[in-house]
Amino acid sequence: MVYIEHILVLIGIYTILSVSLDLLAGHTGLMAMSHAAFYGLGAYTSGLAAVYFGAPFIVGVLLGMTVAAMVSLVVSLPSLRLRDDYFVIATFAFQIILFSIFNNWIGLTSGPLGIPAIPQPSIFGWTIGSHAGFVAVAAILAGFGYFVVWRIATSPFGRVLNAIREDEIFAQALGKHTLWFKVEAFAVSAALAALAGSLFAHYITFIDPTSFTVMESILIISMVIIGGAGSRWGPLIGAVVLVTLPEALRFVGLPSSVAANLRQIIYGTLLVIMMIVRPRGLVGKYGFGR
Amino acid sequence: MKRDVTFRCEGLSKSFDGVQALVDFHLVLPSEGIVAIIGPNGAGKTTLINLLTGFLRPDSGQVFLGERKTINLAPHKIARLGVARTFQDLRLILQVSVLDNVMLSRPNQRGERLFYALTRIGVRAEQERNRDVSMELLRFVGLKDKAGKLAGELSYGQQKFLALACCLATDAKILLLDEPVAGVHPEMACRILELLRKLRDDGKLVVFIEHDISAVRSTAERVIVMDHGKIIAQGIPSEVLERSEIMEAYLG
Repeated sequence: MVYIEHILVLIGIYTILSVSLDLLAGHTGLMAMSHAAFYGLGAYTSGLAAVYFGAPFIVGVLLGMTVAAMVSLVVSLPSLRLRDDYFVIATFAFQIILFSIFNNWIGLTSGPLGIPAIPQPSIFGWTIGSHAGFVAVAAILAGFGYFVVWRIATSPFGRVLNAIREDEIFAQALGKHTLWFKVEAFAVSAALAALAGSLFAHYITFIDPTSFTVMESILIISMVIIGGAGSRWGPLIGAVVLVTLPEALRFVGLPSSVAANLRQIIYGTLLVIMMIVRPRGLVGKYGFGR
Repeated sequence: MKRDVTFRCEGLSKSFDGVQALVDFHLVLPSEGIVAIIGPNGAGKTTLINLLTGFLRPDSGQVFLGERKTINLAPHKIARLGVARTFQDLRLILQVSVLDNVMLSRPNQRGERLFYALTRIGVRAEQERNRDVSMELLRFVGLKDKAGKLAGELSYGQQKFLALACCLATDAKILLLDEPVAGVHPEMACRILELLRKLRDDGKLVVFIEHDISAVRSTAERVIVMDHGKIIAQGIPSEVLERSEIMEAYLG
């Protein structure tokens, strides 16, 4: 039972990540490789705030989201002036840089040793210690992330994001300050990734840099693409599939050394198959091949 | 925008890889009326529109919109000063509805600000007004029945009407249209030209690039003939288009 609850919490965390990345990748057409960096930023910010200053969960969450949104400006303002491929590379570089900071700023992050003993969250005096409690919190936060992204996507703001994805020059000719729309979408996306990070940190109660590598960014991108970018349920379905699939492999009885590598092979194979057979994703409307 | 504000170009030059698209180009546009720009391919017509709307920066020279220098302004800023344009290769959002394209084009929407997108305060009422205005514009260009269709499902000619509706939706006073009737059925072309005359009557300045001499003759009040990045003649169409040396240069 605990095992299933654990998977449900992971699905909640990855739902926030994939849905928030979809605001960029699906709705705006910006393939950001930096999502795990903002995820880590949220995890480290709220983890450190809790360990060193005893900050409550909610304060840590808000702090993490704020830091991620601010840092996102540092990335987005220069890199969003770049065109498609260069944007991908710029965000990739940022992901590498942030991982290096997590890994090497020993004084702050303890580097590879990680940060242990992050307290379990308490909300209004109620400490969430049980897995069932975490499932509830993860579900609420995932619902919040989903709500925010869907609300934006279906608003006139989202209509401009769509226009940017399809034809940025057209949007500019209509008087839309497209750079600013992209910067705002990037900040919202980063803040939501940080929310997932805070949840992760307080759930596992230990964080180290290996959770926030570029592989993690690729995993989140895979969720968006396999589920269907820019669609209502796609990123959610992608998160469910890519969290449960490797778990299901546990029961095949492979040795753990093989199973870990097999996961990477499966992501790669799935992505290639999806690109060939169904570039729009399982339930998506928009493809990346144009 | 004040009625008499219009474009003035002073000594504009622009070259691409050594090819001069515009050479020391001077032009003062009237504040209203219909102006046609004609000239052979490569004369610099589209380059001129791209320079006026901020999509290109000149190598030298100045563009003024009223008293304001515009060559360093981003395209969206120039658009917000009341300048709308269409593109030769039609630019529309083909995957959304015809109505959504027009609604997207409306200026200063509250719901396009992140705070209001999330809270939706006053956004529903605004979008209802926006929808009414947009439907009215679609009626004006004759696409009211197609409002719910995807823009990509329209015929090429209908897409030209939609591009025009999007331009109008921005409330621009100055319309720069890159070949608004090229490649459409003659009957449709007539209807587009008729719309341009109506817009002129509403006090707008309509500048359009055109290849069809008869369209220019029937619609434009002033014609600018360009060749090799320069104006080789301008004036009233009936006079300019009679001059044989002009027509020779034009027909090459």
